[in-house]
Amino acid sequence: MSIWEYANPKKFMETSSWALPWVTGLAVASLLSGLIWGFFFTPDDYRQGSTVKIIYIHVPSAMMAINCWAMMLVTSLVWLIRRHHVSALAAKAAAPIGMTMTLIALFTGAIWGQPMWGTWWAWDPRLTAFLILFLFYLGYIALWGAVDDPDTAADLTSVLCLVGSVFALLSRYAVLFWNQGLHQGASLSLDKEEHVADVFAWPLWLSMAGFGLLFLTLVLFRTRTEIRARRLRALEARERMA
Amino acid sequence: MVELGKYAGTVLGAYGVTIVLILGLVWQSLRQSARMRKRLEDQERRMGRHG
Amino acid sequence: MLALLLRDLRLATRAGGGFGLSLAFFLIVTVLVPFGVGPEGGTLAKIAPGILWVGALLACLLSLDRIFALDREDGSLDLLATAPIPMEGAVAVKALAHWLTTGLPLTLAAPVLGVLLNLPLPAFQPLLLSLLIGTPALSMIGTFGAALTVGLKRGGLLLSLLVLPLYIPTLIYGAEAARRGGEGLATATPLLMMAGITLGTIAILPFAAAAAIRVNLR
Repeated sequence: MSIWEYANPKKFMETSSWALPWVTGLAVASLLSGLIWGFFFTPDDYRQGSTVKIIYIHVPSAMMAINCWAMMLVTSLVWLIRRHHVSALAAKAAAPIGMTMTLIALFTGAIWGQPMWGTWWAWDPRLTAFLILFLFYLGYIALWGAVDDPDTAADLTSVLCLVGSVFALLSRYAVLFWNQGLHQGASLSLDKEEHVADVFAWPLWLSMAGFGLLFLTLVLFRTRTEIRARRLRALEARERMA
Repeated sequence: MVELGKYAGTVLGAYGVTIVLILGLVWQSLRQSARMRKRLEDQERRMGRHG
Repeated sequence: MLALLLRDLRLATRAGGGFGLSLAFFLIVTVLVPFGVGPEGGTLAKIAPGILWVGALLACLLSLDRIFALDREDGSLDLLATAPIPMEGAVAVKALAHWLTTGLPLTLAAPVLGVLLNLPLPAFQPLLLSLLIGTPALSMIGTFGAALTVGLKRGGLLLSLLVLPLYIPTLIYGAEAARRGGEGLATATPLLMMAGITLGTIAILPFAAAAAIRVNLR
């Protein structure tokens, strides 16, 4: 028994169809409980008022936007090294989710920034880095859409993902060099003093788990769609041959 | 109902945008999946008949 | 490899090779900017380094799709793939040829256009230096983008979408060096960072670009 068994599309379909209801249930449960707890049962911050409630969507979506790219990087590597189709399809399935998460982080940040900093948008390092991440997602998805042959598309997007990861990191530090920002540091960390208070932290952890599970649900679901699309393509090709 | 004070629009706006975007993504995934499932079934049925 | 370089240079400088086009584009962009922001000298001087960098970057972008497209059309790319020199080397030579025909002329033209934009005197040297160091990275990254999209019918727009985000670090350090020069600050740090990026891209991207071309020729 090893993880590579799931590289077999049939095995992946079987396991994911079994796991999907559970993951979906867990995602909905933790997302709802985290957000409801955060929205209705946490006190206002003495400085930021009720806007602090935005943290329960802003921070988890930002986290998933980055983690999604990391997941695409890993699956791209697996595809390039071991040529498992499911891996490449999972990366393809994940990209729109990551792009949506990036958009959510950007929008909620802008809406939050308006009363707090007095501006919708500032060319702050974190904000700018997220905008750049959004551009990378756009390019990645556009490349998938532009190439006809699925294997070629998987190869090219994987190479782009690897190179893009390096440049995304470079941009992150270049942007830091370029402008010092308004944005606060890490919201949650184990070793720093500056993280958010406990009343806010617990629902935040919960909604972060919720966003993570939501991501997992959607990736499994969309990968199943991609596998079906792939099978359809193969069948159509076989029919033409016959 | 929770008291949001003067930032009600801000908070509700942020939650609203998030819900719309996530529902949009879920809807798009579901629609795509349903369409693909149907096309695949059609194809499998046709191929079953012909060969 | 030298033969390949000379061939590419000859092709680019021949009539219809597009050698002068990026330069002309650079000139036009620079001339358009004062119409957009107004003729006031102070404003122009302030934004001149950024405008020159963005202009050079866009001019560089224009000529990217020719790097491999023509070779693919007439089949010489397939010959290159089976040639005794490694694909990585061929890609690097192609990038070098692109730089010699685009990046270098743009660099040399930038100070002249800087006069038009009222670029502050102390900024000239850093601008020239930063373009000299930064444009090889632009060519190399662009070659990678061109390699990714070489198999596509209409890859031009996609190419810019893929390449422009990759240009961001170079642009930041380049424009920052020129801006700091204009304000009389030290320019060594951004220039060194940019040199690092350029050297890194030259070291790594030929491999990625060659891999992409092999995939596209499959």
